[in-house]
Amino acid sequence: MSQIAEEARAARRARPFRHAERAVELGLLAVALTSTTVLALIALFIFVEGLPVIAKVGALEFLFGARWAPSAGAFGIWPMIVGSLAVTLGALVVGVPLGLACAVFLVEFAPPRGAAAMRPAIQLLAGIPSVIYGFWGLIVVVPAIRGLLGGPGLSILAGSLILGIMILPTIISISEDALRALPPAYKEGSLALGATHWQTIWRLLLPAARSGLLAAVILGLGRAVGETMAVIMVVGNAVKVPESILSPARTLTTNIGIEMGYASGEHRQALFATGIVLFAIIMVTNLVANLVINRRQG
Amino acid sequence: MGGITVAGSTSVQPFAELVAEEYVALYPAERINVQGGGSSAGIEAALSGAAQIGMSSRELKGEERQLIWIEIARDAIAVVVHPSNPIHDLSVEQVRGIFSGQITRWSEVGGPPRPIVVVTREEGSGTRGAFQEMVMGKADVDPGALVQDSNGAVRQLVSGDASAIGYISLGLVNREVKPVALGGVEPTVENVAAGRYKLVRPFLFVLKSPPEGATKAFVDYVLGLEGQRALAHEGLLPPSAER
Repeated sequence: MSQIAEEARAARRARPFRHAERAVELGLLAVALTSTTVLALIALFIFVEGLPVIAKVGALEFLFGARWAPSAGAFGIWPMIVGSLAVTLGALVVGVPLGLACAVFLVEFAPPRGAAAMRPAIQLLAGIPSVIYGFWGLIVVVPAIRGLLGGPGLSILAGSLILGIMILPTIISISEDALRALPPAYKEGSLALGATHWQTIWRLLLPAARSGLLAAVILGLGRAVGETMAVIMVVGNAVKVPESILSPARTLTTNIGIEMGYASGEHRQALFATGIVLFAIIMVTNLVANLVINRRQG
Repeated sequence: MGGITVAGSTSVQPFAELVAEEYVALYPAERINVQGGGSSAGIEAALSGAAQIGMSSRELKGEERQLIWIEIARDAIAVVVHPSNPIHDLSVEQVRGIFSGQITRWSEVGGPPRPIVVVTREEGSGTRGAFQEMVMGKADVDPGALVQDSNGAVRQLVSGDASAIGYISLGLVNREVKPVALGGVEPTVENVAAGRYKLVRPFLFVLKSPPEGATKAFVDYVLGLEGQRALAHEGLLPPSAER
C-alpha cells in the first residue's frame, strides 16, 4: 500500500520533467520544420517567378533555343546548358583522376603522419572562398592559356581547371572514406594470394569501393554545376554554343550571376527560369548520388 | 537614423561614392551609404523605398517615369583597346562591324594581323543599353563576345589582352587602356561638351518623391558647385542645360 503511494508520488514529481521534455521536443521539431519550410518556400518562389516565362516562350524553345537576347525578347538557354555541361565535364576530367589518386595515396601509401598533415590541408582547400579561386584563375590561369594556346584565355579550359581544383576536397574525402570502409580481409586476402600492392589496389580495392567512388564523383559534379563566382570570372560568359575548349562559354549559374543586377520584368523571370533548370539538374544529381550511396549500404 | 542610402548603377557608383565621401567630410553628422546593384536595381530600390536615392545610367522608361529623376552629370562612353594596339581611330561603322562580329581581325581595320577579342557588357546594363542604342542600332552584339559585368572588369580584361576591344565609361579610362577616336573625334571632355563626341548618356538620381531634409541637402550638394567640380575632375560632364 505504502509502496504504491510512493510510486504515485514519484510519478507526480516526474511529470514536470515530462512537460519540459515535451517542450524541448516540440522546439526541435519547429527548428527542423523551419529549415525545410525555408527550402520549400525558396523552391516555390523560384518556380512561381520562373514558370510564367517558360510557359510564354514554350519549354522546348526555352531549353533548346540558341538565342539569348532578353532585351529583344529571345530567351533560349541552350548555349548555357551546353556551357554548363562542358565546364562540368572538364572539371571532372581534371578533378576525378587527381582526386582518386590522392585518396588512394592517403589510404594506401602515405605514412600515417604524412596523411595526418595532408588531410587538414585538403580540408582547407574546401574552405577557400570561391572568389579567391576565380581571382587566381583570372590572374594566373587565364593569361597562361592566352599566352600558350592563344584565344582570349577566358575559356571552358580555364573554367574546367579552376573547378577541377575546387571539387578536389569533395572527391578526395568521400573516396577516402569509401576506401577505408572496405573490410581489411579483402586486402589481406589478395596480398596473401601473391598479388602485388598495386594489383590489389587496381583490381580489387578500387572496384570494391566503386559505388562510394561513384558517389564522390557525383557529389563533385553537383558542386561543379552549382559553382558561380569563380566561373563568372574565368569563362568569358559569351552567349554562344562553344566550339572548342578554348572558346568562352556561359554556364547556367553565371547566366543568373552576371545578369541579375540589371534584370527586371520578363528578363528577371527568365533568370529565375534558368534557376528552375539548374534546380532540376541539382535535384537529379543528388537523387542519383543518394541512390548510389544507399545501394552501397543495402 | 540610418542616413541616406544611394543605390544602383555601377557606372554612377564610383562617382557617387567620391562625392559622398567629400560630403561626409564636410558634414560629419551625415551618413551616406552608396551601393551598387545596377540601374534597374537602383530604380527598383527607389520605387520600393529601399533606397532614398536610386542611381541610373540610362533614361527611365515606361512606368519607371512615375519617379522623379535628376540629371547629376553626363558621361561619355569610350571605346577602348590595349595600349599596345596601333589603332587610334575607328569609324562608327567599323565599331559596329567589330561588335556585331562582321569584322573579326584587326588587319581588316588597318591593324596588326590578329583576331579581335570583343568584350561587351551583360544584357540590361545601362552602359550596354546606351552603346546598343547609339552605336549598334538594329545590329546585335555578337553572341560570341566576352561578357563582363562591370566597367572595371571590362577595363581589366582589355588591359590584359593585346587583341581586345571594349567600351567603358569615359570617366574610368586610365593608362591601362587606350581610348580610340570615333570617326576622327577623340573622346575627350572638350569634344563631349562641344557636342562633337556623340556617345553620351545621362547619369541620374531617381527619387520616389521630391527630396527633402537630409536627402535634399545631399542632392543640392551634388548639383552645387563643389559636387559638380568633383565630378568634372573625374572626367564627367555637367548635366545638360534643360532639366
